[in-house]
Amino acid sequence: MSTHNHHHHDHDHDYGHGHDHDHDNRYSDMQARVKALETVLTEKGLIDPMAIDAIVDTYETKIGPRNGARVVAKAWSDPDFAAWLRTDATAAIASLGYTGRQGEHMRAVFNTPDTHNLVVCTLCSCYPWAVLGLPPVWYKAPAYRSRAVIDPRGVLAEFGLILPETKKIRVWDSTAELRYLVIPERPEGTEGLGEEALADLVSRDAMIGTAIAGPRP
Amino acid sequence: MFPEPWAAEAFAMTVHLHERGLFSWTEWAEALSGEVHKPGRAEDGSDYFDCWVAALSGLLVDKGIADGETILALQQSWQRAAEATPHGRPIELANDPLR
Repeated sequence: MSTHNHHHHDHDHDYGHGHDHDHDNRYSDMQARVKALETVLTEKGLIDPMAIDAIVDTYETKIGPRNGARVVAKAWSDPDFAAWLRTDATAAIASLGYTGRQGEHMRAVFNTPDTHNLVVCTLCSCYPWAVLGLPPVWYKAPAYRSRAVIDPRGVLAEFGLILPETKKIRVWDSTAELRYLVIPERPEGTEGLGEEALADLVSRDAMIGTAIAGPRP
Repeated sequence: MFPEPWAAEAFAMTVHLHERGLFSWTEWAEALSGEVHKPGRAEDGSDYFDCWVAALSGLLVDKGIADGETILALQQSWQRAAEATPHGRPIELANDPLR
């Protein structure tokens, strides 16, 4: 370690004109708190830094809504798979290689001409990570968590989704043990499409229920 | 997905500790829920990972893995270490002048 550098207002090092506003290194409270937890856990041998990096990498690059879109596309294309998804979504989804790390169960909820499904977690932010990746910011915000249950039609309108008054909206509240995946209705005129092309029509929001499937605007 | 690297790290530590069996995911969800429902949390969810870190700290204290004072002392030590580390060098805990 060095003891000669406690004078941190010197400008003698050349690191370019940084967009780094400040010449001091600083850790925010949160940054420092996380480093502190990491230090404690490492000292106790409870975490393996390589495993931590691997988890970050997986969630940043490998797991995302494309997984869920493939589930939906397969359900649209293969009636047997759709039936399996209805009766045992955890197993059907796992058959495609997508399994939850928290041992959670999955339930697929199918949109129909009469019913639209919407998923929320009023408790905190439970979300089907294995098929959708990590939740968007609005999913975790108190506004959505509280209003999705009280006024789902109003919330959907804010997402630009205006449903006919005759269409029922069912709201599913996720828990640590049970997560939901909305299977949107297959758009008309897509009869000839293969699964990969169908998956392109399925957005993350369509699988949460704040959008419907279709070509991206 | 992660607003800042520390959020990714806190997330990954939690997933890792759960996989190692330190707590159940239900316990985790309860801890996180307790934090996100505290009064004064941001309406837009922008402090979500602050809640996450607070929940993880709390759970480690509850499980007897760390105590609050140790965590706070280490946090302050890391902050002093960061300020004492010249740019371009890795920030190490040993750089804290008070250590």
